[in-house]
Amino acid sequence: MDQVFKYWGIFCTLLGLVLLAIFIGSILVDGVKRIDWEFITNLPSRKAENSGIYTALMGSVWVLVLTTIFALPIGIGAAIYLEEFSRKGKLSSILEVNISNLAGVPSVIYGLLGLEIFVRVMQMGSSVLAGSFTLALLILPIVIVSTREAIKAVPQSIRDASYAMGATKWQTVSMQLLPASFGGIMTGVILALSRAVGETAPLIVIGALAYVPFAPSSPMDDFSVLPIQIFNWISRPQEGFELNAAAGIIILLSITFIMNGIAVYLRNKWQKKLK
Amino acid sequence: MESEQIDTAREDSPAKKKNMIKAEGVKVWYDDFMAIKGIDMKIRTNRVTAFIGPSGCGKSTFLRLFNRMNDYVEGFRMEGNIRIQGNNIYSEKINIEQLRKEVGMVFQKPNPFPKSVFENVAYGLRIQGIKDKQYLQDKVEASLKQVALWDEVKDGLNKSALALSGGQQQRLCIARTLAVEPEVILMDEPTSALDPISTSKIEELLYELKENYTIVIVTHNMQQASRVSDSTAFFYMGELVEYDKTKKIFTNPEKKQTENYITGRFG
Repeated sequence: MDQVFKYWGIFCTLLGLVLLAIFIGSILVDGVKRIDWEFITNLPSRKAENSGIYTALMGSVWVLVLTTIFALPIGIGAAIYLEEFSRKGKLSSILEVNISNLAGVPSVIYGLLGLEIFVRVMQMGSSVLAGSFTLALLILPIVIVSTREAIKAVPQSIRDASYAMGATKWQTVSMQLLPASFGGIMTGVILALSRAVGETAPLIVIGALAYVPFAPSSPMDDFSVLPIQIFNWISRPQEGFELNAAAGIIILLSITFIMNGIAVYLRNKWQKKLK
Repeated sequence: MESEQIDTAREDSPAKKKNMIKAEGVKVWYDDFMAIKGIDMKIRTNRVTAFIGPSGCGKSTFLRLFNRMNDYVEGFRMEGNIRIQGNNIYSEKINIEQLRKEVGMVFQKPNPFPKSVFENVAYGLRIQGIKDKQYLQDKVEASLKQVALWDEVKDGLNKSALALSGGQQQRLCIARTLAVEPEVILMDEPTSALDPISTSKIEELLYELKENYTIVIVTHNMQQASRVSDSTAFFYMGELVEYDKTKKIFTNPEKKQTENYITGRFG
């Protein structure tokens, strides 16, 4: 029986990895030869071979930067409040459970929320700004949860020492807890952002375009992002666009892999520092 | 214990008082559990006072009342008065941060901040808003010299404090406390995590420090209590069983319980 389970286990473990490897392999075969400087810097075009990813790439960069600016201070602020300031009681445990629940809400729902609040009520239109606010809402629960974990991981003895020295709560947070948990917080933030960069559904809902002639130059401009561009190319009948899609996937995957890599690196470095 | 009128006004006097800390009718609960069952006690200025007693007897809880570190414990409740230099430290008006600058604390396990040696010692000054570099440097050096750590760390002030040995870390924690010039230093089993050589260094240090500071030390080590302290208080089950000169406690205790404990018959 042990033997049977062992092989079943090996099969389970490898299944996902092998499938991913096959997928990446086939993408690489198709896409690598399509990637060159022109592909990255060209605007979209009706002709597949002239078409580039520049507008979508810039759209993703814009969205990523603005999402970070919105989600970071709010997420970290909420986490600090919940971890260090709020009184532990019924209310805080209700808050806690709900924030965890928010992390599981399907992203398309966030899209609808963004459409109503940012696009319509606040009249931002289908702009980079509206998209960034929507994605910031989407990743906020992840940022909060991971920041709380990082702050919680700072040993209680550090808090004791700081308070015993006559530090106020804010001094303890800003001079001890945040520096000590910086690596952990960044790990969570980067993982959340790497999820945001791959999100498609909420941005489609708020009206991000599959085709924009120019890269956004202000937060109020129309925009597209990499996954939407890829989706658009795949749905075209002409053969050349398939190669474009493959090349686009390689770029998107590279971005998320690099971000995850940085997150893992920071996490390892930070764990060493705390010990 | 001498009886004295409880006065609510602040007792201002330029000279140091004979008694640094006065506790009157102190009772402490953690939720329904009564941890301190009514203690009156006076702690002499510029002396070392040792708290001994078996685990769970309330001596650490009592110690942590003096800098209000129990405030963070859930379900903590207290009755009675504690005066330090005449000020009721549990009055509404008291500034807890200011109190903790007057009443420093050294913990059981060395707990340096994950920062450089220099920043550890300078922390108490920085949180007071002191930015003058020269002053910080002088103060850090003086504090490290006070705990005889200067020669060991002067070439590595910017290195992480976590790289020091346990004994060095504990002396660093004492230096950190001294840097803000407190009146009282509370020590909660400061050597229980240290090797014998580090322990004796800290005991020697206590001897020098009591000239300028009032020291209260919780210890499980009977020899340590008899070596370093001037007075010893024996706690048992949340009560102060006996409190007298250390010599008296260890040679001729009044109470049977005290004698049983210090001779190792229980606890």
